[in-house]
Amino acid sequence: MTGFVSTTPGLYPLPDWAKDELKSLKGNQKTDLISGDEGPEVADAYETVREEYITTQQEAGLDRIVEGQGRWDDMLAHPLAVHDNVDTRGIVRYYDNNNFYRESVVTGELTPSGDVAAELDAARNLIGDDEALQAVLPGPYSLADLATDEYYGDDEEFLTAIAEFLASEAEEAGEVETTFLLEPSLVENPPEDGEDERAGNAIDTVAQAAGGDVVVFPYWGALEEKVYAHVMDAAIDGLGFDLVSDSDANVYNAQEYGTPDQVALGVVDGQNTLVESPEVIQERVEWFDEQTPQNDYETIYATTNTETFYLPVNRFEEKLEALAAAAELEVTA
Amino acid sequence: MTREQFRPPEHDNEHFLLTTVVGSYPKPKWLHRARDLFEDDDSSFDAENFEEAKDDASRLITHEHERCGLDVVVDGEMRRNEMVEYFAHRIDGYEFNGPVKVWGHNYFDKPSVTEDVSYAEEWLISEYEYNSSVATRPVKVPITGPYTLASWSFNEVYEDDAELAYKLADLVNEEIAGLVEAGARYIQIDEPALATTPDDHAIVGECLERIVADVPDDVRLALHVCYGDYSRIYPEMLEYPVEEYDVELCNGGYEQLDVFKEPAFTKDLAMGVVDVHIAEVEPVEEIKENIKKALEIVPPERLTVSPDCGLKLLPRDVAYGKMENMVTAAREIEEELDAGELDIEAPTPNAD
Repeated sequence: MTGFVSTTPGLYPLPDWAKDELKSLKGNQKTDLISGDEGPEVADAYETVREEYITTQQEAGLDRIVEGQGRWDDMLAHPLAVHDNVDTRGIVRYYDNNNFYRESVVTGELTPSGDVAAELDAARNLIGDDEALQAVLPGPYSLADLATDEYYGDDEEFLTAIAEFLASEAEEAGEVETTFLLEPSLVENPPEDGEDERAGNAIDTVAQAAGGDVVVFPYWGALEEKVYAHVMDAAIDGLGFDLVSDSDANVYNAQEYGTPDQVALGVVDGQNTLVESPEVIQERVEWFDEQTPQNDYETIYATTNTETFYLPVNRFEEKLEALAAAAELEVTA
Repeated sequence: MTREQFRPPEHDNEHFLLTTVVGSYPKPKWLHRARDLFEDDDSSFDAENFEEAKDDASRLITHEHERCGLDVVVDGEMRRNEMVEYFAHRIDGYEFNGPVKVWGHNYFDKPSVTEDVSYAEEWLISEYEYNSSVATRPVKVPITGPYTLASWSFNEVYEDDAELAYKLADLVNEEIAGLVEAGARYIQIDEPALATTPDDHAIVGECLERIVADVPDDVRLALHVCYGDYSRIYPEMLEYPVEEYDVELCNGGYEQLDVFKEPAFTKDLAMGVVDVHIAEVEPVEEIKENIKKALEIVPPERLTVSPDCGLKLLPRDVAYGKMENMVTAAREIEEELDAGELDIEAPTPNAD
């Protein structure tokens, strides 16, 4: 029997009070953003944010609890942006959005930093023994794509270094129920011949080290077929399908190439304020299941199709509630 | 051609390089304080007081532009808080849910379209009427374009952003009809979103066709597109039904200048000759060199001289200094053109 699990890919919008408070504590210029050595006042504000995120998820009734990544000023580039051997420079566009992050330029060896592990430890302390923690990290291909290399000097070596860095971060993070590796660049800037195999190997490196079930989560479309095949070769437990952006191409991949035992279905729009009802979410999950009768899923995660920081807080919270309610519908149906 | 109506009667030179701004200008600090007071429930500073403050600011900046010597002036968009929010508040069908992140701790109150959009109250007509009543020079009206209004909103209603953009274009057309009736003769459509999604240039073209319907011939229509990869919209953009294109080239060190040379630029060019991202006033000589670069693309009678983009993020004295030097540079180039002293690689005339 398929397990139906409600979750999210993290990167939550800051609560409105925290937007104001952190802006006044930190400033709003690019030099004021998170550096990894923030003072006690800023750290306290983020601790409160983390508590609110976890309460919001608990009250909604989500099956996986994420830390929420309130500190991730630079979105998926964050693990590099706070690293000692990475320079943050000008403001650059974040994918095809009207959002920007600091160009993260790697100028030295990517040694383990423990930044992600510290956040997950803090989150672990805030949840009950019967609750399931989910780690969220950028996938190695996307993190390399968002960064600039001025140290390794070779694309192949750089991707390997990023993968080993993420593997060390994931390993240090300890035991979690699930790890989501967000890989939008696999769709937005797909790897070319040869590079696709290396991307699959890089994901494998991180997946081997990460805790719990490891789900690779691409979005803003569907993977190209060859990329899909290489990602399937990695030691992953689950793969994501963005049904909001492109349901047909995603279903095609699942039909033609099969899937891992677990699938994460992006069935709620992370970039639109229109709130899907639990029934609509359930229909979208069932539609995918019906379109792929050849696959037998051990677990289906229902989630937003993207990170959620694009949303205003009220609609973000309503979407979390809708996802959790949809999972309840499935279970009782 | 519409530009001669903007030549000031007292203009000394035979050549005329039209000088203007893109639109926004730093707000006086007291206007921010007035807004804070107005938004403070405990304050007795009411809507009427706030309107008066905005009138004062509009008059102040309009006159500041005139003192810089600009041929066509704007009020620096003193009444507008933001280029999408301002309009969304005046269009039926929009709602606001709270701020969303742009980058770091910079946020934007991104509106949602939750019902069919329709024209409610006027957007800019009273702004234009006020500005032209206090100005001694012609007043330009910058207006956010429908493609940007659509792209920078949450769309809960329409099939796609193109459909929403077309609906909004009809509303922009309605507003422009009112502006023209009020006397506006220079209207600039701002489409910064096109710079980020150049593949949608055909959608912007269709929007503009809707916008210009029934606009009289003596109205000068311009399109402003901020910094982006212009090669992805050029030469296609020359087909748009506007007379003038306002582009940001100074910020990129004119690396993209050649994009506009082949094929030849067939419309009027409003070229950025000062950088709005650098808080230092460029010397007149440097600005003159930038104007000469523009003359490699179009002849003087088709050149408008302007800053790269809105000036609102600069300190006010720097914004003023840039405009003053820009006008001086334009006038000196005109004199050199009049005297036949300027040696510029002229653009190749079109075969037709």
